[in-house]
Amino acid sequence: MSIDISQFLDTFYEESFEGLDIMESELLNLDVGEADEEVINTIFRAAHSIKGGSGTFGLNAVADYTHVMETLLDEMRAGQREVTQNAVDVLLRSVDVLRSMLLSLKDNEDLDHDTIAKTHRELKVLLSGGNSPTESTATANTATESTAEEKVLGWTITFKPNADMLQTGNDPVRIIRELDSLGDISIEVNTEQLPELELIDPELSYLSWTIKVSGDVAEDDIKECFEWVEDECELSIIADKPEATTPASVPAAQERREGDRRQSDRRTSAKSSSKKPAESSSIRVNIDKVDDLINMVGELVITQSMLSQIGDSEEFDSAALERLNDGLTQLEQHTRELQESVMRIRMMPISFAFQRFPRLVHDLSSQLDKKIELVLTGESTELDKTVMEKIGDPLVHLVRNSLDHGIETPQVRLDNGKSETGTIELNAFHQGGNIVIEIKDDGAGLNHERILAKAIDSGVIKKEDKLTPEQVNDLIFAPGFSTAEVVSDVSGRGVGMDVVRRNIRALGGTVEVQSEAGVGSVFTIRLPLTLAILDGQLVRVGKETYIVPLISIIESLQINPEMINSVTGAADVYKLRDDYIPIVRLYDIFGIEADTTDITDGLLVVVENEGKKIAICVDELLGQQQVVIKSLETNLKQIDGLSGATILGNGTVALILDINGVMHLYQHSRKLSTVTSHQKIIAA
Amino acid sequence: MAKILAVDDSASMRQMVAFTLKGAGFDVVEASDGVEALDKAQGNKFDLVISDVNMPNMDGLTLVGELRKLADFKFIPILLLTTESSMEKKKEGKAAGATGWIVKPFNPDQLLKTVNKVLG
Repeated sequence: MSIDISQFLDTFYEESFEGLDIMESELLNLDVGEADEEVINTIFRAAHSIKGGSGTFGLNAVADYTHVMETLLDEMRAGQREVTQNAVDVLLRSVDVLRSMLLSLKDNEDLDHDTIAKTHRELKVLLSGGNSPTESTATANTATESTAEEKVLGWTITFKPNADMLQTGNDPVRIIRELDSLGDISIEVNTEQLPELELIDPELSYLSWTIKVSGDVAEDDIKECFEWVEDECELSIIADKPEATTPASVPAAQERREGDRRQSDRRTSAKSSSKKPAESSSIRVNIDKVDDLINMVGELVITQSMLSQIGDSEEFDSAALERLNDGLTQLEQHTRELQESVMRIRMMPISFAFQRFPRLVHDLSSQLDKKIELVLTGESTELDKTVMEKIGDPLVHLVRNSLDHGIETPQVRLDNGKSETGTIELNAFHQGGNIVIEIKDDGAGLNHERILAKAIDSGVIKKEDKLTPEQVNDLIFAPGFSTAEVVSDVSGRGVGMDVVRRNIRALGGTVEVQSEAGVGSVFTIRLPLTLAILDGQLVRVGKETYIVPLISIIESLQINPEMINSVTGAADVYKLRDDYIPIVRLYDIFGIEADTTDITDGLLVVVENEGKKIAICVDELLGQQQVVIKSLETNLKQIDGLSGATILGNGTVALILDINGVMHLYQHSRKLSTVTSHQKIIAA
Repeated sequence: MAKILAVDDSASMRQMVAFTLKGAGFDVVEASDGVEALDKAQGNKFDLVISDVNMPNMDGLTLVGELRKLADFKFIPILLLTTESSMEKKKEGKAAGATGWIVKPFNPDQLLKTVNKVLG
């Protein structure tokens, strides 16, 4: 029978990549000099699994490669080999090579033989460099095993199991049956040791046998029958030889096994070459989440049948109406829960984005000669898969930036009375409907004088501009801004921080920095949990319904005319406690008709974005609800002030306000109106 | 129908073993480490256990020892899947109470042959 094992290859690749990730992160955890046994064990286990699997699935190049790694790790595990920085580095490089080998094999691409051979050599040099006794003895063993055999007439075997042989699950009958399959056998049982019936312990073995196997049977085949019990019995195998003997060739069993393996190799490679490269558009979901979903669908089915029962009934009385109401309430609840469950499927722990950092920090800190400890917290915080994929690059940039510009060299740190080793902390947590990621370093902090000088130099601000410390910090996000005295290849030429902010904004998020000179900096990224759904406040302006993201709303209020102040030009501000907040007339910036242009008849929705507030004037506040965001860009085109659209329960389309965009539109319109009023004055 | 407990932390190996054995008509229960295997063994009877050696949480050698303490597992065959071709590892397995071993890499035919040999 032949079984196609290539169907398990995808699983093998998936678990191998996971294994490599584990190896990488644990290698980075390894303390040079004193090896933590558990850490080495974990690394060894991952290498070992990859080796075992790759051998089984016929990926011999991978199996050979991992074998050397495994031997090395095994010696480290046994304490026969010291864990040196060099060994860790070579092993890390090997992880990279293995990863690319597996990727190439998966996508049916050619292997990069040069790189493979190079690191393979490095591993072997490492292996032979120290006192490595294991491998040579292992190969010597196998070499001496296959001794020449002689043609025999048969074999006489005496087999006396130890009393406790049964306790390893070995049954003498099985062994005898196996011998029977090799040739004709005759058996003699020796019952000498068998005690009186009442003294027999059924768990012990008392019998022994003399077995004659006739025919030309190889000694190895006979030995194989006893392979598992050779230390649990007294065994002698004596050949019944004819007078003349002839040397035999390669043991038959071994040859057969080789043949099998070659055959299975062919099968695997034939199958995999016909397969298209697999796309990684799949998602691994915790089974609990799927169970939740199935549960919820079950509930939904029950509600549905309850509702249809009401529809089926002949009479529709007040009791039926009550049941209908109950059913609808349930339906609403289940729909919401179902929606949440489905959303949760897309959620993945942020550790997926964090896991690349230990390696990154390890490599960069040695490149920059800095000592850095990386602390990761909140790794189980969940985030939408799409958001996760897009936040990776900005995060890398910020971490590189902290490493390069933030943390000082060991000498500078010591001179400043700090510990030699700097710390970078990555922390993720939920706050409200947002996920917050902090990148915190205990480095030099932002240098305000240098930032100001640079900003004035590059024309970002004017010399006479008065900026608050927060605004100075914010300058580093300005396009084309860089203060690094020496441009390094680590964080580049200052293209980046503006791109970082742009990318984060594109995700509907924000990034800001707090910093104290000499103490360190904290970059705080706020992201929406998901890009697909939004909690919104529905507002009406004239005939149009708009949706204001709930997260931006500070409060909604009825206008007190006394609090309105008109400033120069057409701008009105509303005095709310100690704040003066510009009033934005939506009908004005979107060019639509409102119920009234007298703002004292309307309502104000106060919203905030990046520390700035505006009060949006609307005709009416409608309900609050979750809306599914539909892209305007894909359906129509990008419109300033709007982030998307949604379809309401009654089938009409409502537009979703982009608060940041609305602020820009407002500022733009105000500039225009001041210009026109100036022109009027001049004309007059 | 003989019932087999297949234990391996590697999903691909476990699937391969389970698929092969199920295809040959065996009843297969899968476990991804020693702890899960021991849990599934409690109160259940099996005719054969096939287990990987290197696993997180509880390795194959410990599992064998623990299984042998259970009345229902005292005499049943337990085979270890091992890539260690060195005698030392095999002896450790035997000392723990294993019946025998299957050396990785193996193909489905070899696996079936060994299982049939053990189960008779």
